Amino acid sequence: MTTQRTTGRRKQAAAAAAVVAALLSTAACGGGNDDDGGSKSGAAGFNAANNKVAQASLAKKGGELKFAGAQDADSWDTTRGYYGFAWNFMRYYSRTLVTGKAEPGAKGAEVTPDLATSTAKISDDGKTYTYTLRDGVTWEDGKPITSKDVKYGIERVWAQDVLSGGPVYLKDVLDPKGEYPGPYKDKSADKLGLKAIETPDDKTIVFKLPAANSDFEDILGLASAAPVRQDKDTKSKYGLKPFSSGPYKFQSYTPNKKLVLVRNENWKQSSDPIRKAYPDKISLTLFTNANDMDQRLINGDYDLDIGQTGLSPQGRTTALKQHKGNLDNPVSGYIRYAVFPQSVKPFDNIHCRKAVIYGADHESLQTARGGPVAGGDIGTNMLPPSVPGSEGQKYDPYESATTNKNGNAAKAKEELKACGQPNGFKTTIAVRNNKPVEVATAESLQASLKKVGIDVEIDQFDGAQTTGIIGSPENVKKKNYGIIIMGWGPDFPTVQGYGLPLWSGKYILESGNNNFALIKDKTIDGLFDDYVTELDEAKKTEISTEINHKVMEGGYYLPFVFEKFINWRSNRLANVYTTDNYSGQYDFVNLGLKK
Amino acid sequence: MYNGLITPLQRHVWAGYRRLRGVPATMTAPLHEPTAEAAPSAAEEAALVAGSAEAKAVQGRSLGRIAWERLKRDKLALTGGVVVLVLIAIALLAPVITNLVGQDPETHHEDLIDPLFSTPTGSWGGISGDHLLGVEPVSGRDIFARIVYGARVSLLVGFLSALVAVVLGTILGVLAGYFGGWVDAIISRVMDGLLAFPQLLFIIALVSVMPNEMLGLTGTGVRLFVMILVIGFFGWPYVGRVVRGQTLSLREREYVEAARSLGAGRFYILFKELLPNLVAPIIVYTTMMIPTNILTEAALSFLGVGVKPPTASWGQMLSSAIDYYDSDPMYMVIPGVAIFITVLSFNLFGDGVRDALDPKGSR
Repeated sequence: MTTQRTTGRRKQAAAAAAVVAALLSTAACGGGNDDDGGSKSGAAGFNAANNKVAQASLAKKGGELKFAGAQDADSWDTTRGYYGFAWNFMRYYSRTLVTGKAEPGAKGAEVTPDLATSTAKISDDGKTYTYTLRDGVTWEDGKPITSKDVKYGIERVWAQDVLSGGPVYLKDVLDPKGEYPGPYKDKSADKLGLKAIETPDDKTIVFKLPAANSDFEDILGLASAAPVRQDKDTKSKYGLKPFSSGPYKFQSYTPNKKLVLVRNENWKQSSDPIRKAYPDKISLTLFTNANDMDQRLINGDYDLDIGQTGLSPQGRTTALKQHKGNLDNPVSGYIRYAVFPQSVKPFDNIHCRKAVIYGADHESLQTARGGPVAGGDIGTNMLPPSVPGSEGQKYDPYESATTNKNGNAAKAKEELKACGQPNGFKTTIAVRNNKPVEVATAESLQASLKKVGIDVEIDQFDGAQTTGIIGSPENVKKKNYGIIIMGWGPDFPTVQGYGLPLWSGKYILESGNNNFALIKDKTIDGLFDDYVTELDEAKKTEISTEINHKVMEGGYYLPFVFEKFINWRSNRLANVYTTDNYSGQYDFVNLGLKK
Repeated sequence: MYNGLITPLQRHVWAGYRRLRGVPATMTAPLHEPTAEAAPSAAEEAALVAGSAEAKAVQGRSLGRIAWERLKRDKLALTGGVVVLVLIAIALLAPVITNLVGQDPETHHEDLIDPLFSTPTGSWGGISGDHLLGVEPVSGRDIFARIVYGARVSLLVGFLSALVAVVLGTILGVLAGYFGGWVDAIISRVMDGLLAFPQLLFIIALVSVMPNEMLGLTGTGVRLFVMILVIGFFGWPYVGRVVRGQTLSLREREYVEAARSLGAGRFYILFKELLPNLVAPIIVYTTMMIPTNILTEAALSFLGVGVKPPTASWGQMLSSAIDYYDSDPMYMVIPGVAIFITVLSFNLFGDGVRDALDPKGSR
């Protein structure tokens, strides 16, 4: 026994020594430098595709465009997907009546006709939208796409019991009372019982809204409004092999491993004003480790990351030092923030909320998010730069980016006094445990609030359980979560597509709640009501600005950053540009390869 | 036979008899007698077994003294022991030490961080006169202060969980070994079950459902309490098996037989006759468990179920260093070396103690 014990222990020591040796040896790594300027065969240059088109003329037909990803889509079913990159990718195999323009930056978020011949003919009361379908639009088997296919595709949104997960704006706008049971429970013979949509002939489709909604065309541009043919609808299995209406179709798909799209021979370039369809083949390879994927991207084995959420810290440093010309630094459309549930004392008092905003070191929070380049500019208000009506850092009610960027202890103390807590108070920060960057911001906030006497405890909850943990106001109150760290990006770039679920009193839900602050403000709700009935773009913008101001004046949020990403683009890519339609992602559908 | 050389058997019988002599029927009194008397008997047994011609000289030396003299000759073990003492001092004096260098483990120094890469601006992970071991990426917290405070967590968990394991393991092991029969059967099966239990997974699951406040503790306190309890609880069968095995062989020895025939009760034999002879393996096993427990704590913190931020822990530092192993290798090396040194010195010291206490040892 004694000898056994000795060997066991010697082994332990040997193993420890081996670990240290391995640690020391990983330090040496490297590679050659790339040309930072643009060149025909090389990278287009830093930020060359950010809000502008890079190397458009070099795009050639053919080749295999290789996406890499660290996470598969939630679903490739157009009705069920909710990930931004999935909506972007769906344009390869699905078309909608209208869609975002194939142009860089803010222009990309403007609505343009796709299956329809023109944007909608809208009646004066803003309640009737009429579209005519183009000639020559076909499914992958060559049959024409009809207005009934469009209607059926939209009706699938109602079947939430079978097809859960996707956005439900269409359902909320067209059938707010929820009278239609969905196509699978539809009693009519053709399963087209939804009254709000009429299809007088195969080419015409008419939407009759119970109440006007000025963002309706933006909602029709979402992938969930794509046509689906009834005889090809495999219900919950549709996401494994959607029937294509676009230039590419599914060849093979193994979830979490690989997806391959090939050309749809029945798609005609003449019928499609948006899609250039350069590559012959599009593949998506999925990795389990983001660092591994980044390394393969930098090696040139793949062209871009489908997730489009930026390189991880390790890859980012390597790429910035050695391959800067392959990077773009777009604004993502996301705002990262802390939010204060009013149900948790003392955050029912506006002064205590403001004390946290003044007490926070905004620059430290920005550093925790990754700094000005990888993290983003200091967030000063709650409307993302990609949304009309946003003023960016120009609207800075708490002077977070200027005077108070390292916190203002004096003002925080004043607010604490006004709140009746002159010696500070105790509270808890709730943060997702699977997001190291969010934990870092929580620690930063904890450190700076300590200086003004606010003592916070960090509670890391299971990130996969977000909807049940912080999405339940009852649980938030029970767990005393006075500060919740989250982020939000627009579903479609308008104040409605971004802020309605966050700030409207009607959107306070018992589960899956996103109005974490529990804002129930008549003025804000009234402004949203005005917004949806307002058809004039300039006035819509004005209302958006006002909503943002009202939210900021309430002190419900402490914005951290207007998020930015550092995204990788390979040397082979041409005709690359970012679009606000998909929160600063590259517009996938028109990417081409150089020969 | 009576020429001054007393055999262990005789010694034990004599000691047992002497203690029983003036004592009435009750068994409580001997239990309260100081145990010091038992120690020389064990010591002399050790001395005699190792014995040589100079038995007379050896007789005067206690077990502790013999062990200490052996240990003194083992330079490697002594070095390990000194490092262990230094580590304990560092952990106890953490606030004093960090005050001396003018740092604390929770203050952020973003001005020392390159905003583009989130890594320290200075070379070698930002090592400077102010920051002896550099600063953390992103937050710029002083690594020296965090290492010093991290030693508290590591040693606290290492020692206390070993204590839990040893106390449980000794009591249950002795009971199983001495009583045998169904007591042994039950305790042994429980040990087998626990040894087969995936303890790491169990702790991860337990910590994630743990309330934030319990028994008057909050946050990190709760986590430490749970870690100590669980690591200790899963550790006792290792001690329990060894103790049971030793007890099994000791209980058949003549001196136990003699004590029994003189009318000693079960518990008297357990605590007075058996336990003193188990001290050596228990001490050895304790020194061996501490480094293992420190590694378990590091692993748990690495997996994100250890102490809560901003409390510093070596495992948690290693875990966050993964993202920067290329751009800021020092951040990974420093906590790695800290764990390495601690575990190594405990192991060297434990090895030395084992050799010193081993009655059959040649040194």
